[in-house]
Amino acid sequence: MSLITKRTQQPSPAVFAASPRPQLLRREVGNVALEGLDAYYGASRVLQGVSLGFVSGRATAIIGPSGCGKSTLVRCINRMHEEVPGARAAGKVTLDGVDLYDPRIDIVAVRRSIGMVFQKPNPFPTMSVIDNVTAGLRLAGADRGEIEDRGREALVGAGLWDEVKDRLSSPGTGLSGGQQQRLCIARALAVEPEVLLMDEPCSALDPVATLRIEELIGELKERVTIVIVTHNMQQAARVADTTVFMLDGQLVEVGPTEKLFTNPDDERTEQYVTGKFG
Amino acid sequence: MSSESALLRRSEGLRRRNRVNRVVEISSTIAALFAVAVLLIVVGSVLTKGVDALSIHFLTTPTALFGEEGGGISNAIVGTAIVVASAAAMAIPVGLLVAIYTTEFAPSRIAHPVRFVLDVLNGVPTIVTAIFVAGLIVIPQGHQSGFALSVALAIVMLPIVSRTAQEVLALVPSTLKEAAHALGIARWRTTVRVTIPTAAGGLITGALLAIARVAGETAPVIILCSIFGQGNLTDPSQGLATIPFFIFRSSEAPSPSAHTEAWAAALVLIALVLGLNLVARAFYTRSRRRMEG
Repeated sequence: MSLITKRTQQPSPAVFAASPRPQLLRREVGNVALEGLDAYYGASRVLQGVSLGFVSGRATAIIGPSGCGKSTLVRCINRMHEEVPGARAAGKVTLDGVDLYDPRIDIVAVRRSIGMVFQKPNPFPTMSVIDNVTAGLRLAGADRGEIEDRGREALVGAGLWDEVKDRLSSPGTGLSGGQQQRLCIARALAVEPEVLLMDEPCSALDPVATLRIEELIGELKERVTIVIVTHNMQQAARVADTTVFMLDGQLVEVGPTEKLFTNPDDERTEQYVTGKFG
Repeated sequence: MSSESALLRRSEGLRRRNRVNRVVEISSTIAALFAVAVLLIVVGSVLTKGVDALSIHFLTTPTALFGEEGGGISNAIVGTAIVVASAAAMAIPVGLLVAIYTTEFAPSRIAHPVRFVLDVLNGVPTIVTAIFVAGLIVIPQGHQSGFALSVALAIVMLPIVSRTAQEVLALVPSTLKEAAHALGIARWRTTVRVTIPTAAGGLITGALLAIARVAGETAPVIILCSIFGQGNLTDPSQGLATIPFFIFRSSEAPSPSAHTEAWAAALVLIALVLGLNLVARAFYTRSRRRMEG
């Protein structure tokens, strides 16, 4: 899918032209880079010159104390930040080299390429399980024949198929909290994004449901780039290949998860991961 | 100061708090009982005084000609239904669109003034609205009509429909809209397919309450639709009989049987309004359950 609207004459990058993408190419797409990203709510600057890369085929965790800008950072990647009145971002965010803040960019295409799962499960209350999963496809006008197969695939992909296959027509809100969150993951996967942003996806779930989602992240990162915001350091250690530590809107340290937790370079990281603050 | 006296002073404070608490509790309970009692007295007196004249014949026979007795209110029921339905057909779509615009699309510097204007419109006495519509439609046309009444009732309904719809749409969790936006669903589609279906129960509630509110409006009826031919049952371009006007005219009539008929018609009107309220409440409960997940 081209991220740039059809009105423009600019040829879109070749990686977006192939759809559906061949399996081999999957790992080559979904690289996100931030360069000098600033984010504001009104006059208050909540992200300060963040430069960072998220690599395809890996899960990256973003940790840091409350209010450090973790959620704002991921919301800048799929341009959800600007949905908040008075909020804006400056700097550069690229997906496989394409600047997502280019004025010619189709914001709808950005969000279809970069899916998002929120803190609290939020299935659409008026829709059934299957309608929830296929909502992104149906409401974006996908081909009818394709919709059902992709919905089923997404449910299988989110590890929910066996639990819901007999009640696809019952309301999505009738599922348990953990199932609802996996339904939301399936809903995000159904539009076949290249990147999946997860904003504290387990904070409203019990330990068993949390474990199930963490296992799922391990399976999914083979297919989509995962960026997960978490305030749970153990979770970051369990699921992420790379961990980013943020403080007061700034990037403090990025590194392989094991190194960041056992032998961080920055003293503030050390203090945070050892529980001295936060 | 000893700690004993400090403790005693505190217990004096506690006694005072308890007294105030008790006073507030009792007075608010009395006020609540009073409100319920008013409704019960109104409904009770209408019921006892009107039930005698209420019969199938009364509901299915048109009003008797002047000087005759034994008529009913079938023409008034049909007239009220036509007028209120036309008003609803005008006010509900516009009211909902205004609400959708102000809650989903308008920046707050526009949404706030629009809300204020609707609140002011809601406070305009209905007789003023009626005179405005008389100048707009009745005087140029040279005669009263059901249509003129519908327009006036639509103006009365508009702010009610719109303000309740705004409140209900604002209750739809922003997380649902975010979820839709994050899926790459366009804003208008999110509104049509996610926000409105989620709020549907509440929107219907607002519309039904607005209908219930205007069904008994009398000032606009007297000014805009009180002259009608006995033969006209359904043509809104002419005057139509309505229940509020039947009540007004019968209550002014000298004969005791006309008074009883006025009570019976009032009973029909009150039953209609209570029925609409009950249905509205059922929709509201359903909607709230849905929004609370």
